[in-house]
Amino acid sequence: MSTKVKVEHVTKIFGRHPRSVLDKVREGVSKEEILAETGHTVGVYDANFEVEEGEIFVIMGLSGSGKSTLIRCLNLLNRPTEGAILIDGENIVDYNKEQLRELRQNKIAMVFQHFGIITHRSVLGNVEYGLEIKGVPREERQEIARKYIETVGLAGYEDQMPDQLSGGMKQRVGLARALANNPDILLMDEPFSALDPLIRREMHTELLEIQSQLKKTIIFITHDINEAFKIGDRVAVMKDGHIQQIGTPEEILESPANDYIEEFIQDIDRSRVLQAKNVMIKPNILVSLKDGLKLAVKEMERGGISSVFVVDQDRKLQGIVTIDDAIRARQENRTLRDILRKDFETTDPETYLNDLIPKATESTFPIAVVNENNKLIGIVKRVSVLSGLF
Amino acid sequence: MFVKWLKESFNALFDSISDGLLWSLLRLEDFLFWLPWWLIIAVVFILGWRLRGALSGLTFAFLLFLIGTFGYWDLFIFTIAIVLTSVIISIVLGVPLGILMAYSSRLETVMKPILDAMQTMPSFVYLIPAMMLFGMGKVPAVFATIIYAIPPVIRLTNLAIREVSREMVEAAQSFGSSSWQILRKIQLPQALPTIMTGVNQTTMMALAMVVIASMVGAKGLGMEVLIAINRIDIAQGFEAGISIVFLAIIIDRLTQGIADLSRTKKR
Repeated sequence: MSTKVKVEHVTKIFGRHPRSVLDKVREGVSKEEILAETGHTVGVYDANFEVEEGEIFVIMGLSGSGKSTLIRCLNLLNRPTEGAILIDGENIVDYNKEQLRELRQNKIAMVFQHFGIITHRSVLGNVEYGLEIKGVPREERQEIARKYIETVGLAGYEDQMPDQLSGGMKQRVGLARALANNPDILLMDEPFSALDPLIRREMHTELLEIQSQLKKTIIFITHDINEAFKIGDRVAVMKDGHIQQIGTPEEILESPANDYIEEFIQDIDRSRVLQAKNVMIKPNILVSLKDGLKLAVKEMERGGISSVFVVDQDRKLQGIVTIDDAIRARQENRTLRDILRKDFETTDPETYLNDLIPKATESTFPIAVVNENNKLIGIVKRVSVLSGLF
Repeated sequence: MFVKWLKESFNALFDSISDGLLWSLLRLEDFLFWLPWWLIIAVVFILGWRLRGALSGLTFAFLLFLIGTFGYWDLFIFTIAIVLTSVIISIVLGVPLGILMAYSSRLETVMKPILDAMQTMPSFVYLIPAMMLFGMGKVPAVFATIIYAIPPVIRLTNLAIREVSREMVEAAQSFGSSSWQILRKIQLPQALPTIMTGVNQTTMMALAMVVIASMVGAKGLGMEVLIAINRIDIAQGFEAGISIVFLAIIIDRLTQGIADLSRTKKR
């Protein structure tokens, strides 16, 4: 993977003479003081980050944190006061008008919070807009537009006017319009904030699905940390124009950089962020099929456990034995293979804990984490799923 | 003094403006006279029917027919020619000016008091210099009518363009649209209903100016009112006056219908 977008020391100040207050900001004078003294608003200060190709990078912050200001710098709807924005290695801040138009037409597209739908155009007219601007012939652009209208699940609505659509559908139009341009980079400025929670969840799933097919580089803005952690490969948390921490959801959960972030992640539903692989423990007690009953009993006694997973020589999961069955079988002279039980639950490492709850309540055994070759790579204790202690 | 200087220095300019205006006005008059009266009534009926409903169409046609029965058909044509010419010139000048004002707040600050002055200044004040520059007749009438009637279309174009949703314009920008493309594909279609309201108001004001403009010798319904006032002929005055009212009703409803149509289209 290569770096698609690189943001270097980007600062954006709003006001009459933005550069005049740069020194003050550098000295660490607070946002409020600068506003009171000079009438300038510091939108973003010294933002630095890189976004990899095909990654979903989420910028999270409350309103007024500068997140929207920052994303709007990336297609120069806001011109940074200072700093560089490199897209594929080229600093777009230096672009002239013509280059900028070309960048916006071909490489980068944006989805807006309030949809930015053109109300005098039909759904099709909206989706084909970007291609029309590029000068793609009518037939061709409508064909492409129809394809993306279908991708976002709006087939059959092509000729509807926007005021006949619900909020969720409008944002689908916004998404289709951005995708139709076939950009490398998708900027999404709180795209789902104006939608109700059910629709929002639906849109998340759909976005992730579309992303798994199209592999765009997505920069996504939200004020909702659950949303950020759900869809973000990496998340940047912003406050007062400063980026506080950048990391994967797990990294931020495990080691929040400061009190502010710690406070934030208290609200989060961890079971929706953490996956089986994050909480599984290494199965340090394991029995192989060829080991035999005697060793199995011994191992369980040593570990103080009542059941143990059985694997073959390739570490492929074969089953589970309980200590009761094992002791009885020894007396009856049966083999380990005879008493293997299959009534336990398995999961793949990417499953969210939230989805493991039903399995944990139904089974009496720990949940086995296996990879696609049925190799045992870990176990998740029922108690850790059910109590939320992880 | 200033007017005299203008007249002396730019005689050729004013003459050519005057000639051009007069030429187009006369061609329009010729065209309207060439059309048979029943066709004009039929067109008004169809427009009224399409834009406002069958009953309105019938009413407008009947009102127009009444003007004819008063014996004012020719004067009606003279009047409508002056109004149409003034309105067309107002739109051609006013819409671009309004757009420029929307783009430049500085121009807006300069233009606003000028527009206020144009609307509140008693019309005789500029009727006289207009007469001195262009002579008597139809041309100064058109000139004065434009000055009086152009402000609404400028103002409302400015307002309409400024009121286009910011996010919509930004969305268009984010797809790499040029300023011209944004104007043509986003701002103008969005602004059209409000601009049409401006055109409606401009037309109504042009009509209101017709009586006053007749003082500089423009033939038309207004002239008839003026003559009636001089003769203290109540009946004639009323007939001519009510004809102007009928004309106003028809023009207002039709242009409003067009404005409403563009509004439902935009939604």
